[in-house]
Amino acid sequence: MTAKGRNFLGLLGLAVAVAFLIFAPLSFHRYGIYILSQWAVMTIAAIGLNLTLGYAGQVSLAQGAFVGIGAYSAAILTTHGWPLIAAIVLALALCFAIGWLLGYPALRVQHHYLAFVTLAFSTLAFLVFRNELWLTGGTEGIDSVPRPSIFGLSTTSHLRYYYFCLFVLALVALAVLGLVRSPWGRAFVALRENPIRAMSLGVDTRRYVLMAFAIGSALGGLSGALYAPLVGLVEPPAFALTLSFNLLMMVIVGGSGYFVGPFVGAMTAVLLPEWLRFLESYYLILYALLVMALLIYSPTGLVGIIDRFLVHRRTKAASAARAALGASIEAKAP
Amino acid sequence: MTAVLEVANLRKRFGGVAAVDGVSFEVREGEILGIIGPNGSGKSTLFNCILGQLPPSEGEVRLDGRVTTRMRPCDLNRLGVSRTFQLLQIFPKLSVRDNLILAAQEHQGTMLSRLFGRRDAGLTEAADQMVAFFKLDHLADELAGGLSYGQQKLLDAAMAFMSGPRLVLLDEPAGGVNLTMLANLKDRLKAFNKERGATFVVIEHNMEFVMSLCSRVLVLAEGKVLAEGLPAELRANPAVIEAYLGR
Repeated sequence: MTAKGRNFLGLLGLAVAVAFLIFAPLSFHRYGIYILSQWAVMTIAAIGLNLTLGYAGQVSLAQGAFVGIGAYSAAILTTHGWPLIAAIVLALALCFAIGWLLGYPALRVQHHYLAFVTLAFSTLAFLVFRNELWLTGGTEGIDSVPRPSIFGLSTTSHLRYYYFCLFVLALVALAVLGLVRSPWGRAFVALRENPIRAMSLGVDTRRYVLMAFAIGSALGGLSGALYAPLVGLVEPPAFALTLSFNLLMMVIVGGSGYFVGPFVGAMTAVLLPEWLRFLESYYLILYALLVMALLIYSPTGLVGIIDRFLVHRRTKAASAARAALGASIEAKAP
Repeated sequence: MTAVLEVANLRKRFGGVAAVDGVSFEVREGEILGIIGPNGSGKSTLFNCILGQLPPSEGEVRLDGRVTTRMRPCDLNRLGVSRTFQLLQIFPKLSVRDNLILAAQEHQGTMLSRLFGRRDAGLTEAADQMVAFFKLDHLADELAGGLSYGQQKLLDAAMAFMSGPRLVLLDEPAGGVNLTMLANLKDRLKAFNKERGATFVVIEHNMEFVMSLCSRVLVLAEGKVLAEGLPAELRANPAVIEAYLGR
């Protein structure tokens, strides 16, 4: 398939997906819309983690904590009369700054050591959410988080709030697509693949590591700021380590380091368990088995399967072209 | 000719072992200096100390008269120093062209302008000229991981030249490269030296390659400079023959 053909198919797939996301919820029940909203919100957090882990190669088990920080920021501020947009801006800035600081250990340690540092941060954040009653409401959390009015339009209904989340997801997707296609994206990949060589080519790995953490964490915060009004209640268990692992799974299952990976991964993690509910008490067991089978078959995730197929075709075509070129040179030789 | 690189009394100790033991030399503008020596003589450690990959225990490195000891590799690269590694270091999941663009993009504008600027940082044309210079133009769109070993070696060297460096340090560029590719590589390095005035320091075990490429050679043994001179002089030096070349 030519590059033009691939682009056309990609655009067609995108158009179908966008049309589905806009029109399908019109016929959904409340719960269906709620689940789809949750997918949109979690996709934003997974996109952030994909930037940190998938592109820049920095292991993080703290993304759930940043969702929590964003959610508590939004809950505290909006219940005190702040508009959600202002709360979102503050959550973004706060998580960016904390994410930047969390990036410093990554300059010293890598891989599972870094995973443990971020895991410790996640535990610390959970303890703050649970124990600091004066700020977070402790184990009872903060309830009655209001949904915002955007340009005078109330988003109290599930459908309207879903469209708001979808709009924010679209903005995030465009911004991150621009980032990963810019020289920054190339530098992130270089950082992941070979930081020593990257540094020898002038890539300031220290700055890029910090930026990867800061931007990824800020997107976690944004996701949390949208989560709070969606659920209406923020409480500590929602942002425990399980959420970080779940987000990690979304990135890995979707395809770490692929732009589309988090969209597909979040769909698998949020929607698949719902679709398997007809199995009643066995649904989570089957879900776990499916995830295990997928990762054994394709460690690069669902998008990795498609990519492998495309790379295989491309390599085959290039080999055939080289062989043809070699044959024509031999034929011309005296 | 002025000295581009000056190394003064450089030492690197690992515990009780001195891998580099008081090495001093200078590299003059436009020359190709070869560094030879037996395995474990401290050649790569010397490179790593010069290039900020390892902090030296003692001594000083100067680039164009400016002290650069302990400077980070990325800062040195922006000052015009480039390198290749003993083991092949390319980015297999990027295309050949993207490998080359990456090799120079950090020299274009600021970090912020690169975020909002062009995807290729305005380097596509320069990358295409470089792939043509290294005779890899038919492979520009291929993933670097799909190239043969010799082609990857050429790409590795091309990446070191992409940012237009003043000084290039090549660590065993001929290692594992077949004779045809080797001739091509030598030819490209000579052309680069002649046409663009780049200065090279080359670590190599392939004596034919060193003797035909380098204008001056430094011999290391046990972390110290054993001899220094023209290739022909060193071939006849009994100490060098004893320690490295063999009879």
